[in-house]
Amino acid sequence: MHAATADAALQQIRADVNRRKIFDKIFVMVGLLIMFSALLVLVVLFIDLVQEGAPRLNWDFLTSFPSRKAERAGILSAWVGTSLIMLTTAAVSMPVGVAAAIYLEEYAPKNWVTAIIEINVTNLAGVPSIIYGLLALGLFVYQFNLGQSIAAAGLTLSLLILPIVIVATREALRAVPRAIREAAYALGATRWEVTAHHVLPYSTGGILTGMIIGLSRAIGETAPLITIGALSFIAFLPESPFKGEFPFFSFAWLREAFTAMPIQMFNWVSRPDPAFQVNAAAAGAILLGMTLLMNGVAIYVRYRFRKRINW
Amino acid sequence: MTEPTATTSTGSPAGLGFRKARDRVVEAFLLMAALVAVFTTIAIVIVLVAESLPFFKVVPLKDFLTDTMWIPLFAEPRYGVLPLVAGTLVTTLVALAVAIPAGTIIAIYLSEFAPFKLRETIKPALELLGAVPTVVYGYFALMIVTPLLQKIIPGLPGFNMLSAGLVIGIMIIPYVASVSEDAMRSVPNYMREGSYAMGATRFQTATRVVVPGALSGIAAAYILGISRAVGETMVVAIAAGLQPNLTWDPTEPAATITAFIVQVSLGDLPHDSIGYQSIFAVGLVLMLMTLVFNIAGFSLTRKFRETY
Repeated sequence: MHAATADAALQQIRADVNRRKIFDKIFVMVGLLIMFSALLVLVVLFIDLVQEGAPRLNWDFLTSFPSRKAERAGILSAWVGTSLIMLTTAAVSMPVGVAAAIYLEEYAPKNWVTAIIEINVTNLAGVPSIIYGLLALGLFVYQFNLGQSIAAAGLTLSLLILPIVIVATREALRAVPRAIREAAYALGATRWEVTAHHVLPYSTGGILTGMIIGLSRAIGETAPLITIGALSFIAFLPESPFKGEFPFFSFAWLREAFTAMPIQMFNWVSRPDPAFQVNAAAAGAILLGMTLLMNGVAIYVRYRFRKRINW
Repeated sequence: MTEPTATTSTGSPAGLGFRKARDRVVEAFLLMAALVAVFTTIAIVIVLVAESLPFFKVVPLKDFLTDTMWIPLFAEPRYGVLPLVAGTLVTTLVALAVAIPAGTIIAIYLSEFAPFKLRETIKPALELLGAVPTVVYGYFALMIVTPLLQKIIPGLPGFNMLSAGLVIGIMIIPYVASVSEDAMRSVPNYMREGSYAMGATRFQTATRVVVPGALSGIAAAYILGISRAVGETMVVAIAAGLQPNLTWDPTEPAATITAFIVQVSLGDLPHDSIGYQSIFAVGLVLMLMTLVFNIAGFSLTRKFRETY
């Protein structure tokens, strides 16, 4: 082959590659455009909520009960209800979820029982949240006679976020190297001692992250709470969990009727009077702010723990 | 930590016998916690079936599946589930038309093109889109997206499935993108290198080597998106209207299965009325629909599974 023709052929290949590389550039632009438009939605939404709700975003809004008059209505009973529901949800889903994850990751033998549990955890993650509401209505509200109470709401949301907590905890446990476990076994520790003294302390960060993500999901859930019969007009507070005299705490609030932030927002957003839309925007800004804050904390916790541990 | 003891044979409290027994007790507790997942599934099936049985005693299954009107709260009620199923499918299709292209393109970009630092920053940010409370998305659809659409499509009603579907689509982008991206990243690098060595560009490698190789995982991502869209409640309850309407036109208002359940739950029907029991019957339909999509997804995933 002559040098000239080889050179021409090379030129041709280069031109061909360069022509095809145009698609690379176009794709990068399209990809960036779509990605940033999606993120822009989030920014626009938050700014709009804050702007629309600005007239109501003040101290009175946080300390007033709902009212027929839009400008006097507030979210006192809603945020107190949400806090108590989250407390119940965390108290139930954390021990159950972490225990289930420890079983599946550290104990479970390879048999059909384990396989069934695994399939169920995966499937439950895909069950629509309103189905959990129907389950709670049939089981907690009527069978267990919990009624339309904070306890019923907390249990419902616990079941709902259980798969999230289990999956996150399993990931955290799996990240602990085998060598740590084997070293502990070699010193004569039993399985539970290995788990409790070595594996769990190392995976605290991951477990906390999963728990916060789970709760941030639960805090915005509306549909299951509507199904079990959350009220939107509650002008009283549940009995305080803290008492002046012995034993200093009480669980009477568990049996009381409730409203919650997303329920209150839904109630306002579905009213035709535009004055209530301002309230809805203000409640939405607070709700979205809380969710974003929780997710931010989760990301930070994950980052901190990952940085601190060097195997 | 347990103090090392030299007296294990005498059976002191911290002896090996005690510690092993404690292990067995702990294991039993852990197993019970894990079984909660199984009991939840069983309870869901039992509650849905048991509570909808009284409904199906009054309404023949044939009417339920073939009647074209859903007006359970009228004086002369009719119980055809088709309008609710149609509403659910239309909003889901609109959502998928947004989420599948956008989610797939984002996944390809993040997995094949994005620099490491950008990917690590943008992934958590994108996941925030899926963390926004759905009631807030409902407000977004009703107060921001619908007025915008009304400027483009004159005569669009204030409640419509289009705006609800679009917003659900945005909501499920992170689910589709994140799971697809994981699948693409698990395609081994030597396959990409083989493709580059043959003179393929990044774009050609992405579309002809990586995507086909990750197809089973991408299918799983789409199924996850579909399940989310089918079960989404608050966006449709707020923005799509609550009137059951047998139509395939997304610019019309219509109720979905989930929106109907919300509507009945907000009212104060007695527990033993048929209107009340109907929410468990449609809930059962919703559950079966999700199940069908999941089984379809599972078999698709198996069919496209590539082993490396």
